[in-house]
Amino acid sequence: MFTVMRTGLLAAALIASTALTASAEVVYHRGNTADPETLDQHKTSTIYEANVLRDLYEGLTTANAKGETVPGVAESWMISDDGLVYTFKLRADAKWSNGDPVTAGDFVYSLQRIMNPETGAKYANILFPIKNAEKVNKSEAKTEELGVKAIDDHTLEITLEAPTPYFIDLLAHQTGLPVHPASVEKYGAEFVKPENIVSNGAFVLKEFVPNSHIKVTKNENFHDAADVKIDTVMFYPTEDRGAALRRFQAGEIHSNNDAPVEQVKFMRETLGDQFRVAPYLGTYYYALNHKDEALSNPDVRQALSMAVDREFLAEEIWGGTMVPGYSMVPPGIGNYGEPAYADYKDLSQIDREEKAADLLKAAGFGADHPLKLELRYNTSENHKNTAVAIADMWKPLGVEVSLVNTDTATHYALLRDKGDFDVARAGWIGDYSDPQNFLFLVESDNPGFNYANYNNPDYDKLMDEAAATTDLEKRASILKHAEEIFMRDLPFLPLLYYGSISLVSSKLHGWEDNLQNIHPSRYMSIAQ
Amino acid sequence: MARYILGRLLSAIPTLFLIVTISFFLIRIAPGGPFDLERPLEAKVMENLARIYQLDKPLWQQYLLYLKSLASGDFGPSFYFRDFTINELFAEGLPISIQLGSSALVLALIVGGAMGVLAALRQNRPADYSIMAAATIGVTIPNFVVAPLLTLLLGVWLGWLPVGGWNNGAARNMILPIVTLALPQIAVVARLTRGSMIEALRSNHVRTARAYGLSGYSVVVVHALRGALLPVVSYLGPAAAALLTGSVVVETIFGIPGIGRYFVQGALNRDYTLVMGTVVVVAVFVIVFNLIVDLVYALLDPRVRYD
Amino acid sequence: MATIDQMPATDNGNAVRGRSLWDDARDRLLANKAAVASMILLAAVAIACFLGPLVLPHPYDAVYRDFVKVPASLEAYPREDQIAPALESLLRRGRVTVDTVEVSGERVTARISSSRDIDPRLVRYLDRSDLFRNGEVADLAADGKSATVTAEVRRLHFFFGTDSNGRDLMTRTLIAGRVSLTIGLLATLVAISIGVIYGSVSGYLGGRVDLLMMRVVDVLYSLPFIFFVILLVVFFGRNFILMFIAVGAVEWLDMARIVRGQTLSLKRQEFVQAAEALGVDNAGVLKRHIIPNTLGPVVIYMTLLVPKVILLESFLSFLGLGVQEPLTSWGVLISEGSRNVQGAAWMLIFPSIFLTSTLFALNFIGDGLRDALDPKDR
Repeated sequence: MFTVMRTGLLAAALIASTALTASAEVVYHRGNTADPETLDQHKTSTIYEANVLRDLYEGLTTANAKGETVPGVAESWMISDDGLVYTFKLRADAKWSNGDPVTAGDFVYSLQRIMNPETGAKYANILFPIKNAEKVNKSEAKTEELGVKAIDDHTLEITLEAPTPYFIDLLAHQTGLPVHPASVEKYGAEFVKPENIVSNGAFVLKEFVPNSHIKVTKNENFHDAADVKIDTVMFYPTEDRGAALRRFQAGEIHSNNDAPVEQVKFMRETLGDQFRVAPYLGTYYYALNHKDEALSNPDVRQALSMAVDREFLAEEIWGGTMVPGYSMVPPGIGNYGEPAYADYKDLSQIDREEKAADLLKAAGFGADHPLKLELRYNTSENHKNTAVAIADMWKPLGVEVSLVNTDTATHYALLRDKGDFDVARAGWIGDYSDPQNFLFLVESDNPGFNYANYNNPDYDKLMDEAAATTDLEKRASILKHAEEIFMRDLPFLPLLYYGSISLVSSKLHGWEDNLQNIHPSRYMSIAQ
Repeated sequence: MARYILGRLLSAIPTLFLIVTISFFLIRIAPGGPFDLERPLEAKVMENLARIYQLDKPLWQQYLLYLKSLASGDFGPSFYFRDFTINELFAEGLPISIQLGSSALVLALIVGGAMGVLAALRQNRPADYSIMAAATIGVTIPNFVVAPLLTLLLGVWLGWLPVGGWNNGAARNMILPIVTLALPQIAVVARLTRGSMIEALRSNHVRTARAYGLSGYSVVVVHALRGALLPVVSYLGPAAAALLTGSVVVETIFGIPGIGRYFVQGALNRDYTLVMGTVVVVAVFVIVFNLIVDLVYALLDPRVRYD
Repeated sequence: MATIDQMPATDNGNAVRGRSLWDDARDRLLANKAAVASMILLAAVAIACFLGPLVLPHPYDAVYRDFVKVPASLEAYPREDQIAPALESLLRRGRVTVDTVEVSGERVTARISSSRDIDPRLVRYLDRSDLFRNGEVADLAADGKSATVTAEVRRLHFFFGTDSNGRDLMTRTLIAGRVSLTIGLLATLVAISIGVIYGSVSGYLGGRVDLLMMRVVDVLYSLPFIFFVILLVVFFGRNFILMFIAVGAVEWLDMARIVRGQTLSLKRQEFVQAAEALGVDNAGVLKRHIIPNTLGPVVIYMTLLVPKVILLESFLSFLGLGVQEPLTSWGVLISEGSRNVQGAAWMLIFPSIFLTSTLFALNFIGDGLRDALDPKDR
């Protein structure tokens, strides 16, 4: 006990003294959903990993404060007329944190590394549009056959399998970030350790203590270092959103990329515009199992969808942090236009409910012959509240819902293994701003995501057709046609569009709300 | 006695082996694997990962491999914290959990013990009732309620103490977590001490000691308290093992990098090696503390013999 | 000692019949005022929980969409100043313009107009809301462009407020009590019984048997509990009995260790050795001499175990084993409440009051029981 107290006091004294001497240092205390599983960009898959990696590395393209894709290491590029060959011109002043120049060869090395099956990249499939990428990742081709070539140190050529209008956006994704080849060769998997890491972004990694913090400091070798106003960013994993709110209230963190939805009203009242809600590129939905006898009837699926009062869900259950969703693809997405909304979107809720009751009755269900459904969700307070509300909305139609919750791993293992379920909660956040990234979920050859066991050859054909179409407008209309089929068949029942909710201190400047919820620290500053 | 200790230490080996074996297979039966998170992976990617982490081998082979690396003190790589080995995670977190847990334990023993003795000496009087009422509140209000309330009051509203963060073990950051950890233990220790103390005070040898005119204080300390500690000590064995291996609620709410969170994180992420690591650590603590408890019995009560 | 002073003389009145240890204990327990008051309180809570939901106006699973998270109040909802705006916003959903609204007692009257024909079905918006009933359209103008709408105001009481789904927290707290009291008391009894028998046998037999039995306890302490629960859910689905198994499986361990510790000390005492010398068999010694003498710590530990079990249940719910919506338990309500503490404190306060007062009562009953059962006290 005594030694404990003594070391504690000593540490406190040390902290106090460093706090005094280092008052000029600008430290950004940043809450971030959870700890990264890894800081190896090629092995990552999550949004909270991207938030850290985006500060450490810069890809060929990168995101600005508004989340828009802008030139990064590549200062310009040319696209061949057939949309297959991209030639990037790399900036001359791009440097690694150890002073090495960033070369085209580094990107060749990095892209080959992520496709190498031995790397174990979780999200390699994001870059499958690159020629031979899928084959390399499936050990069907050698890594050298990947369609990436360094013409010279500052010219990179990437060849694609098929024209991909969102390819430039993909390169800003965390999987497109480069690694420093010499460090990877020297340290192997250990290259991510703070003592070994070499990065080319605005910051460099100093410490990573799991469940405590990640400390990154300004990279003086970064080409835009002069404009980076923050010296140190401390990332804290804030798994407990209530605790994060309290830390924010006490001024211990400047921002957090989540907030307790239960306390929205309180936050709006007390935090004012420090509590931010912005549209987000994601859809909250219920998967309907098409193998279930009752649910195989499209009218039943339509009825279930119509009876859901989405305004109530968005406003009361989610406190206005979600938006009523009438399509699978969220509005505002790139390369699209207006999504294909459900045809009852403009009906009043009373008319919808009437129609839903008629449809169910026609399908043979009602008060005397109830439709019994099991609704599964992964444990979380608001998934529960949503499920309870929806069960209540379906009740008047003669639908008897039993609610089953399990932990996340059990829930998704069941969905993936096509377990025995009727209705199951799921959600999808877009990896890039393109409707394909939402509509591909229910392609029949996509067993991992197609929880509904949906199989419609017409739909698959349209998706293939869209993939082969270069003309953006034409492609958009094909995809929209596919979504119309989606909304008619309802493999998934779209309920809400996600909103991103954040706590942003009034002292923190440069945080701009955007659809992708991307907020690089390099554009921010802190008012003293 | 030496023979007894030796026997107990030897019996720890088969016990540990049994724990490791049962746990290894138990966690593999559970649905979902370490790479089944909210976003499903491509089948081929999954295959690559399984190969890299040797999950594609038959289960019995994985089990033998695990035993082999465990025997050499290597807990293996973490499946979730992919930049760390389990040994690295524990080297970082275990000292922190032990530091917090032992402080809470000492606090609980001192405060709880004193409350219990006091209440027993004033049995069925206002002091007794108020102490026991306080103890009841301590055990009734769960730590996931206490922690937010304490941080709201002392951190957010009054601004006296930090709301969260470890801050490299600054004393300010440790106060609230230690208090939160200690509160329920204080209550338990107080109640157990009081009960045993009342019994001990009535026992013949204490009555005799009193009759011989020994002062109240020495009767309490020397005679009564010694016997009264038995149930407290029994309780403390497993309780200490639990406290020193960290608390998931306290660590999550206060943002402390101990190992308590790994019990739940490991299980929910199906991080097999991390779960096995926590199992082994807990087993070692339980075995050691229960041995210590049994030895303390013999010290406290000469009647206890193990032959 | 108060209990001794108030103890009735043993051979007063019924000297003929021999008095057992249990008769004595009961009398002494009934003489303990705190314990009796606690028993009454506990009985009151139990009765409220088991009968209350039958008489309260709100079913426990009724969702009032217009009253999500309203604070606890003795006054009825809707508040007077809510009525007119609520009526206006409901009527506007029927795409009409609201000209005037008049609230008089239980009736509301509104003049509405519209550029299109007014659809009389719009009163359904009123009827399906939780605020109004018996909506009627009267005085529909000849051109169908203006009318008067009247409706009755529903008065609903939410004494404990409502939860995030707009369900009455009072009914839910009482329903939750059924689950929590049942599992809290029954699972505790199960765990205590196993623990006492296991611990006393282990301690009394001693030697190798003790060593083996205690190593089994060590093993069970160390197994990953979460997986045990997940597997129970996966292989057996959810049911109430599984919950007892899961709770029982872990919670008897502490008890077994405590009782074994006491037994180790007791078995060397004169009265036990005397019984052995008289040829009483092992079971007899355990039953008559060892177990009764361990009851003090057992009873105290029991009162500590009840809250543990009740809160453990909420963790089981998290993993899908405990109670499922729309049913609920105190543990679940309190953990929900703790997440709403800023902004909806009533969601934490009321379930906590019920849990805390129940546990207070249990503690005093426990103390009373302990005093009453104390063999040295006779």
